[in-house]
Amino acid sequence: MLMISPRMASGMQEKQYTPSLLNFFVYNPTFGQKEGEEEKKILFYHPSDVEKNEKIRNVGLCEAIVQFTRTFCPTKPAKSLHTQKNRQFFFEPEDNFWIVMVVRNPMIEKPNKDGKPPTVEYQEEEIIDTVYGAVVKQCYSMYKLFNGTFGRQMEAGGVELLIQKLEKFFYRYLQTLHLQSCDLLDVFGGISFFPLDKMTYLKIQSFVNRVEESLSLIKYTAFLYNDQLIWSGLEQDDMRILYKYLTTSLFPRHSEPELAGRDSPLRPEVAGNLLHYGRFLTGPTNLKDPEAKFRFPKIFVSTEDGYEELHLIVYKAMSAAACFMISASVELTRDFCEQLDGLVGPQLTLLASDICEQFTVNRRISGPEKEPQFKFIYFNHMNLAEKSTIHMRKTASVCLTSVHPDLMKILGDINCDFARVDEDEEIIVKAMTDYWVVGKKSDQRELYVILNQKNANLIEVNEEVKRLCATQFNNIFFLD
Amino acid sequence: MSEDREERPLDREERPPDREEHYLDREEHYLDREEHYLELCENPVQFENASSVNNVFFDEANKQVFAVRSGGATGVVVKGPDDKSSVAFRMDDRGEVKCIKFSIGNKILAVQRTLKSVDFINFIPDYPHTEFTQECKTKNASVLGFCWTSWNELVFITDQGIEFYQVLPDKRSLKQLKSQSINVNWYQFCPETAVLLLSTTVQGNVLQPFAFKVRAGSGTMSKMSKFEIELPVVPKPAKLSLSERDIAMATIYGQMFVMYLKHHSRTNSPTAEVVLYHLPREGVCKKTHVLKLNTTGKFALNIVDNLVVVHHQSSQTSLIFDIKLKEPDCAVNTHQPVLPARSIHPYRIPLAGPAVVPSQPPIPCQLYSSSWSVFQPDIIISASEGYLWYLQVKLPPTVNLLQDKGKLMDFLLRRRECKMVILSVCSQSGEKGRLPIVATVFDKLNQVYKEYLEAEQSYTAAVESGPSRGSAAPKRPVRTQAVVDQSDMYTHVLSPFTERKGVSHKFIIAVLMEYIRSLNQFQITVQHFLYELVIKTLVQHGRFYMLHQFLQYHVLSDSKPLACLLLSLESTYAPAHQLSLDMLKRLSTANDEIVEVLLSKQQVLGALRFIRSVGGHDNVSSRKFLDAARQTGDQMLFYTVFRSFQQRNQRLRGSPGFNPGEHCEEHVVHFKQLFGDQALIKPSTV
Repeated sequence: MLMISPRMASGMQEKQYTPSLLNFFVYNPTFGQKEGEEEKKILFYHPSDVEKNEKIRNVGLCEAIVQFTRTFCPTKPAKSLHTQKNRQFFFEPEDNFWIVMVVRNPMIEKPNKDGKPPTVEYQEEEIIDTVYGAVVKQCYSMYKLFNGTFGRQMEAGGVELLIQKLEKFFYRYLQTLHLQSCDLLDVFGGISFFPLDKMTYLKIQSFVNRVEESLSLIKYTAFLYNDQLIWSGLEQDDMRILYKYLTTSLFPRHSEPELAGRDSPLRPEVAGNLLHYGRFLTGPTNLKDPEAKFRFPKIFVSTEDGYEELHLIVYKAMSAAACFMISASVELTRDFCEQLDGLVGPQLTLLASDICEQFTVNRRISGPEKEPQFKFIYFNHMNLAEKSTIHMRKTASVCLTSVHPDLMKILGDINCDFARVDEDEEIIVKAMTDYWVVGKKSDQRELYVILNQKNANLIEVNEEVKRLCATQFNNIFFLD
Repeated sequence: MSEDREERPLDREERPPDREEHYLDREEHYLDREEHYLELCENPVQFENASSVNNVFFDEANKQVFAVRSGGATGVVVKGPDDKSSVAFRMDDRGEVKCIKFSIGNKILAVQRTLKSVDFINFIPDYPHTEFTQECKTKNASVLGFCWTSWNELVFITDQGIEFYQVLPDKRSLKQLKSQSINVNWYQFCPETAVLLLSTTVQGNVLQPFAFKVRAGSGTMSKMSKFEIELPVVPKPAKLSLSERDIAMATIYGQMFVMYLKHHSRTNSPTAEVVLYHLPREGVCKKTHVLKLNTTGKFALNIVDNLVVVHHQSSQTSLIFDIKLKEPDCAVNTHQPVLPARSIHPYRIPLAGPAVVPSQPPIPCQLYSSSWSVFQPDIIISASEGYLWYLQVKLPPTVNLLQDKGKLMDFLLRRRECKMVILSVCSQSGEKGRLPIVATVFDKLNQVYKEYLEAEQSYTAAVESGPSRGSAAPKRPVRTQAVVDQSDMYTHVLSPFTERKGVSHKFIIAVLMEYIRSLNQFQITVQHFLYELVIKTLVQHGRFYMLHQFLQYHVLSDSKPLACLLLSLESTYAPAHQLSLDMLKRLSTANDEIVEVLLSKQQVLGALRFIRSVGGHDNVSSRKFLDAARQTGDQMLFYTVFRSFQQRNQRLRGSPGFNPGEHCEEHVVHFKQLFGDQALIKPSTV
């Protein structure tokens, strides 16, 4: 399954191809060490229809590269391999388990006259290691969220179970990877927080605490509004990946019924229950249905000594979503779900309208938003807070950005530069297209600004960014 | 319940049979002792018990008990609430004493021996002590009694009206100030408010109040508007149907009320009730509250701590009512008892005097005895035993008797000695309560707390703005025990709670956050020690991410101490450093601290750039920066910082050199060693 999406395809003109996924495989070099048993090393291979020997060859090559480069730096094995046509990313998430992703470089196809085959020009420098390296790590984190570690499956059911799980998970997951729209935000893997006043925040706290007290089965709760996080009872790293799942997969899949009209068949059956707007996004779609199943997705989160398996209940009322996590050892019943629905539904509905009201009040105070002269991405490594005015809206299918990919590439490059040193830095770049791109790093925070001021000089750009910091980030410590 | 009658029995029946006493004793074992929410005071006023030779009188105005032996010839012993008001003297036996009372301040003694006149004796030193007499001026009238309204003014109540007099002790005579003709069946006097209530008309249910005021040395008497008590049955032919025993006057929550004990009648209500008539100083008296007794029999009323206490003799229990407690399931102003009926806490009479044998136990006192007399507001007298008790409310037992914690808080917050009980309720609900209950309890507390803070604030504002014309001087708000502030909660409830074993930290944090939520809801500034407690608890349980989120949403408000606390957490939780710097930045008064933090992190350039950006560059100590720069071992950094300060000196003083006061000599030497003399900025030659 080769994913080729020409950006422009018209007649005799150049055709441009975005980066795409060539291969994705998982292997363990310690398996099948005898000659002739090399296939046993391969735990998962995409695409699956590749001939066996080619699979073995590719895996063997990766193994060799990793082994070879290890001699130069034993502590930091190779992370990627650049070739003219593609780029390979290596990641060892658990001892001896390797994940490799091969991405085909973007290319331009130039038509030739006289029926000659077109010349293909590979743009090897267009791909940024950190972005796709982060994508591989994300793949693993997502797998681990729903399945636990590779080691766990090995323990539970040996290599057969692991292969089965990998197949089941990655077959679907890889289809949702959109390599052409991966960018700096994938490097950050941040969380967007919903801005809220103290009192409303405390009300939400109070709500979470009360629910956890009444339904003592609930171990952790997370609270989101408008796809933005407000409260997480999970630790940061677990929340980070759960947030990714919720905002890029679960919520987009369920947004349509809400947008649909009252009489739309897409709209979930409210069954005469107009007391609240609460409904389950995971588990039963309709509590009243006698056939309803009370099965919820299970997730794995870290604990002080290992990990634990939890049911993930996602319950939503209007724009407010609450995730309740319950130990997987408990069987969830209709009774429990009805109790939760009865308790949480009305309260969450009320909270959602409270938050909404406050949100509109704040927007009114801050006045109508003018189209600003700049766009920015902000990220704080400490709390993973992320804010972007560049990205429009994340959906299941695409991540729309409002700037040219070239500019996104510059952002990625600046980020790589920042990653190399610990010191605070500031980088100002004038892009080919007359845009100014500014990167600032202060302690654990990074800010990237894209200014559309053609005739501005360096000093003016610097002043402009200072002004931006003073207005948008006046409540944090940001060195000039 | 009228005053100064000898022994007003609560009940005319015989003493309850012994069987009941046993039952009571047994009950005492079964019931939690802590169920008795009423008690008699520990130190009763003791006096010689009433007997054939000793008559006992009680004066409600001065709260004095008079023991008159043989008409006073063998002595009159007066016992007041304190030793100062206790007096002993003799007077001639000139007939049976009907009524005896001191004027306010024990200045003049008035004794009534006949139906026509009252005798007076001066108790002012240097004044003649010989008795003098005043006869009532209305012809053929009988004196029902008299009441002192000041140290030298009193009113005679006769069956035909009232006569208001001023006593002239030096002249040994009285001057009539005012009089009023009106048929009187009986009267009641409320010394607290100086209001006299007269029962008029044939049925006796039309009550005419008079108010007495002392103004500039001479008293005034004014007639208030009369009102009618609704009788359960109107008798035909008309006869006196309202007994003075069923009427009492009292002040509840600062308002005067006439309480009417309405007995059950076959026609309407099956059980008795107490009807409260609000008697305002000006305006019309209105029926405002009905207290449902849910039983019948003989009752007596007391007022304790603004609660109406109803004693029921046959069941030997008492009920309490709080007229401010709204009953959700009752019509407005109809009240049910706050708590289930309980008897007064068993009382043992201490054996006093030299005859006490240590091993001898105190004798149990017969409660609800027929020999008890009850007086307003909170006095119970046993004339036959020679005791005067004050009735008291014990709050701790109410905690277990009142299940509805919200109602309990409402009840407790209006009581005088409530603080420790309230705090114990808070502790308890922290222990085994549920969050919604905890929240209700906190909200009720903070409501009162906020009201006090606001009153205090407007008082301060009023004082600061100085006296304004036309308005009275501002009165400092009284801080009652119901005002439970943050340090009370911290010391008695929250801090011990966080240290309690066996409570999940989740619940502890939930309770702390609930308190902070409640404070915020009432817009009360949260004090630092609470935040400290939250942080301490979170850190103790390793809940750093939780802490981080709280700070992110500014739930823990910015302050320098909090920022410093965060800085100290950096070693266990690295992001605390960033949180702390952000906070210092927002405070905008902590630039020095920010510089210190950055320098301690060897971020010398960062510190320099920061101080420049906030315009404090000219005033910082150059030595501090040079020290830090040198410590990094980075020579170029040292060079940069050194040169930057030289430039500053140039700009400020016209010369790049450092002042001796800046103590930078060693750094100058160091600079020269590293980069040579020529690298220094030279003073520009003019």
